[in-house]
Amino acid sequence: MEGVLVIAEAQAGDAPISEATLKTLAVAQKIGGAALDVLWVGSDLAPLLARAQALAKVRTFLTFDDPRLAHPTATLVAGLVAERARRYAHVLMPGTSYGRDVLPRLAGLLKTPMVSDVLEVMGARTFKRGIYAGNIHTVVTVPDGMPVLLTVRLASWQAVAPGAGGGIPVEPCPIPETLPETARFVALAVDPSDRPDLQSARRVVSGGRALGSRENFALLERLAERLHAAIGASRAAVDAGYAPNDLQVGQTGKIIAPELYLAFGISGAIQHLTGIRDARTIVAVNKDPEAPIFKVADIGLVGDLFEVIPELLAELDRQGAEP
Amino acid sequence: MKILVAVKRVIDYSVRVRLKPDRSGVVTDGVKLSINPFDEIALEEALRIRERGEASEVVVATVGPRDVQTQLRSALAMGADRAIHIESTDPVEPLSVAHVLHALVLEIEPGLVILGKQAIDDDLGQTGPMLAALWGRPQATFVSKLTLKDGVALAVREVDHGLETLALDLPLVVTTDLRLNTPRFIKMPDIMKARQKPIVTRPFASFGLDLPGLVLERLEGPPERKSGIRVESVAALVTQLRERGVV
Repeated sequence: MEGVLVIAEAQAGDAPISEATLKTLAVAQKIGGAALDVLWVGSDLAPLLARAQALAKVRTFLTFDDPRLAHPTATLVAGLVAERARRYAHVLMPGTSYGRDVLPRLAGLLKTPMVSDVLEVMGARTFKRGIYAGNIHTVVTVPDGMPVLLTVRLASWQAVAPGAGGGIPVEPCPIPETLPETARFVALAVDPSDRPDLQSARRVVSGGRALGSRENFALLERLAERLHAAIGASRAAVDAGYAPNDLQVGQTGKIIAPELYLAFGISGAIQHLTGIRDARTIVAVNKDPEAPIFKVADIGLVGDLFEVIPELLAELDRQGAEP
Repeated sequence: MKILVAVKRVIDYSVRVRLKPDRSGVVTDGVKLSINPFDEIALEEALRIRERGEASEVVVATVGPRDVQTQLRSALAMGADRAIHIESTDPVEPLSVAHVLHALVLEIEPGLVILGKQAIDDDLGQTGPMLAALWGRPQATFVSKLTLKDGVALAVREVDHGLETLALDLPLVVTTDLRLNTPRFIKMPDIMKARQKPIVTRPFASFGLDLPGLVLERLEGPPERKSGIRVESVAALVTQLRERGVV
């Protein structure tokens, strides 16, 4: 049992390497260890692996490459990789919906505890993570003699920069002829917008229940376009049907760390604030001067968002803000 | 078909959780305790499946100290048929809870186990998938829509890039997301009726588990954000953003 294994985010072969994988590699490098291997599960991985050759400090790429793995389920993946994973001192996955699905199942198969959502590496076996929606931090140690399994809290980490790299050997892992079929992929409904990804966007424009309707929510889109920002939403806005669920920011939605977070008509429930704690600059616009969001905002403006947004668009142009 | 629902008692979501002054834990004295909201959604879903005639019995189980029976009575008042209380005075980690649930699953033989995708106290999100692994059955996590037909579950999952639909063979483990349903309110007559329903108590020690767990080194408050400024106009807002170099 030695070395660090990173199980990469499942992704299409023609897309750039997932930010989630690059951030997980940053954690792996922080931990150090005898060697770093990256395991990829998917279909037609060759183009992806070619681009991944630029990664530095990786010993081997392990692959489970099969057309039947184009949409891998946790039920399938955990069983498939368990024998390989058993050989490592550390097994890491990104804290995406994929990693949070696969890794606890793998931990169950290996009968070992797991550390979820690591925000800081204090030592090779000691980690800091948040509890109670991030309101309290806890430092935990994985005792000697058992593997360290952890997921990475993406908002707390920077992606590794591609290095010179090159010459990383690819080792295909054997795949059984018959795969378990108790869980079968049926469909993925993706939001068709071409806006930046909420999880990794530099700027996020976010709306709450005060938007009042799905149509009004579209107001945010003009501003998001102007700022080349992703769109987010509070739980209240999602529950009210103004925005799709994958835009939800907060404890039970996405935890994000953009350079700029603009909150319109979001009161600032503690569960929402959890999701934006790591944003560099938080701007709050709300009619209610007592709204809790103002307590965490770097810049607050009391006002009606329906007046502020058009004015803001004009003012950004007037002051020559960069797009 | 039976449905097993696992619930955990947590500090109520509306409470602002504070560290004890000596940082040995969080303040729980006089603090409202409730069923983890995601587990309440799990129970509601199980009850709806039973009410549609697709399940015969809903069993609710929890691991916790003696007075966790208050929350089990709430679960029975919501409509669960019976409850199992695994008594433990110490906190129990997800892997141990998964082992306990697995033992219960082998006795009860449910077609479906439903539990929350995470508890709002430790935010770990491990118990469901760990149970599915120990049981050797499929899992559907973060589920916002669930339908059952001919021994197959169709589960819509909330994933990072949208909604994923899986077809899964029963029996299986489902973990719930917020939008799966809205749990019902408990009515007075239901509380009376719940008093007659059985709660079986078993000591945690009777499961013979002695698993090594994580070592808690310390608790600390998160770094505070320093308080910001108020601006009076949109022009001043943009000027501030320009000065900070973010637009």
